[in-house]
Amino acid sequence: MPEAVHEQPAWVLLAYLAAGVCFILALRGLSHPETSQRGNRLGMVGMTIAVVTTLITHVPTSGYSPGDGSFDPLAIETGTIFQILAAIAIGAVIGLTTARRIQMTAMPQLVAAFHSLVGLAAVLVGAAAFLNPEAFGIATRVTPIASPSFLSIDPVSRIEMSLGVAIGAITFSGSVIAFLKLNGNMSGAPILLPGRHLINLGTLAAILGLIAYFTVDQSPWVFWTVTALSFAIGFLLIVPIGGADMPVVVSMLNSYSGWAAAAMGFTLHNSAMIITGALVGSSGAILSYIMCRAMNRSFLSVIAGGFGAVSSSGSGEVLDRPYKRGSAEDAAFLMKQADQVVIVPGYGMAVAQAQHALREMADQLKAEGVRVKYAIHPVAGRMPGHMNVLLAEANVPYDEVFELEDINSDFAQTDVAFVIGANDVTNPAAKTDKSSPIYGMPVLDVEKARTVLFIKRSMGGAGYAGVDNELFYRDNTMMLLADAKKMVEEIVKALG
Amino acid sequence: MDLISIISIFVLACFVGYFVVWSVTPALHTPLMAVTNAISSVIIVGALIAAAAAGSSVAKWLGLLAVVLASINIFGGFAVTSRMLGMYKKKERKDA
Repeated sequence: MPEAVHEQPAWVLLAYLAAGVCFILALRGLSHPETSQRGNRLGMVGMTIAVVTTLITHVPTSGYSPGDGSFDPLAIETGTIFQILAAIAIGAVIGLTTARRIQMTAMPQLVAAFHSLVGLAAVLVGAAAFLNPEAFGIATRVTPIASPSFLSIDPVSRIEMSLGVAIGAITFSGSVIAFLKLNGNMSGAPILLPGRHLINLGTLAAILGLIAYFTVDQSPWVFWTVTALSFAIGFLLIVPIGGADMPVVVSMLNSYSGWAAAAMGFTLHNSAMIITGALVGSSGAILSYIMCRAMNRSFLSVIAGGFGAVSSSGSGEVLDRPYKRGSAEDAAFLMKQADQVVIVPGYGMAVAQAQHALREMADQLKAEGVRVKYAIHPVAGRMPGHMNVLLAEANVPYDEVFELEDINSDFAQTDVAFVIGANDVTNPAAKTDKSSPIYGMPVLDVEKARTVLFIKRSMGGAGYAGVDNELFYRDNTMMLLADAKKMVEEIVKALG
Repeated sequence: MDLISIISIFVLACFVGYFVVWSVTPALHTPLMAVTNAISSVIIVGALIAAAAAGSSVAKWLGLLAVVLASINIFGGFAVTSRMLGMYKKKERKDA
């Protein structure tokens, strides 16, 4: 009976539960920067509990005594222990080196790469469970009359493990594509196959059908076909999604990696894995929802893909409209006179590596008695909260950084809004122009400030969504046309 | 544990996850993703069981490979989260 096979001592069950509780507290700690480090340490404690418990309860045994070769179910195989410890050590070295070297601007790629590893690990564990079901306690030996006995995998476990493998494979191939797109190895433009919706739905239906069939026929071909099709659909699902939607994709894959872990937890009847899977799964889902809301896009339209493929028409002529151009000295003068300056950074600032110069500028302004705040749009970076990390890295105190809904009412009392490397998130057309592709997207009300300083490399070239920005041509906007970092450095010089 | 208790744990954990994640400040969403990444590598439990088991050598090597992958994630994920969190500083108060 499967229930009997899963029997574990009470202390083991409690230990895994404790690990799960540690993980909940780890996320809870992130509700405030002050408690966050403690939360992260609790996460490490939870992981240590889970790993040590497993190591103790699953000491490798060969089944044969190393001395005389006689049968001994408790004979410990030291070679395997060393192999396992070596595997952990290899992972530790690679992981720690990567974590130390990675640039904060490359965080989205790193997270995508990490997701792919969770996905692949889930596939490997699922495959191992299929090949050696006895080790996972999910099989019973069946001896039919007049034929050799075989191991029958518990039908419920068959569903759990094939689902885990399928979700893991989708997470893996999807994350690899997301990584390649974010890392620039692959064009961010969506790649659209003809009839892709039909192909995707067909593949998805085939996977689900085979998982159902797997409960009555545990033949290897069913299992491996599910695995192969899932790798394929992960690839097919992410390829048509454009670079602008990558924040949603990364969050979504985060969610998938959680569901994969949960499915494996069901197979192993392990509460730590199930709790973690549910936490990570809902975390990724909530982040996807927040990102979608910030771009005013429905989750389904993101998944369907194709956004950013068609550039909006008729923007060619508007570029000839008159605008005001200013110099670094003008900008320095305006900001020095101001009571309050709100800085609106976008991903362009991070690309130009201007965050340190920007903080220097803010310090000088503060020394002049100007109140300086930062306004962050949820999709300012390439993943949720990315811009906050980039500013934190440049030593910007987190209590000077405000989210969209907290700062939008401030712009009316602001003397200077300083937009650097952001574009679409400041476009007033999102509020007024129903024909605009970004209509309905929540934007920062920078135009309500007395003066808007807008740093942009040149007047040509639109934002990520390919839309012209009404803001450039307003009377209270002064365009600072230069490389973001150079311009800020010049302003710093002019202030000094 | 029978299937029903497992499903109960799962459903309740989903609710806990929902409320805990909404309480995470948006400023820490990137560390949130990094740390969830690290903890989802608790899948290493399954990898360790496969690697330790006798019976199928293919399954054992798949398990060992999964242990390497999950360890990269665990160590890398927690380390990079800690590095990021270390950057968040409060304003220095002049009067303090």
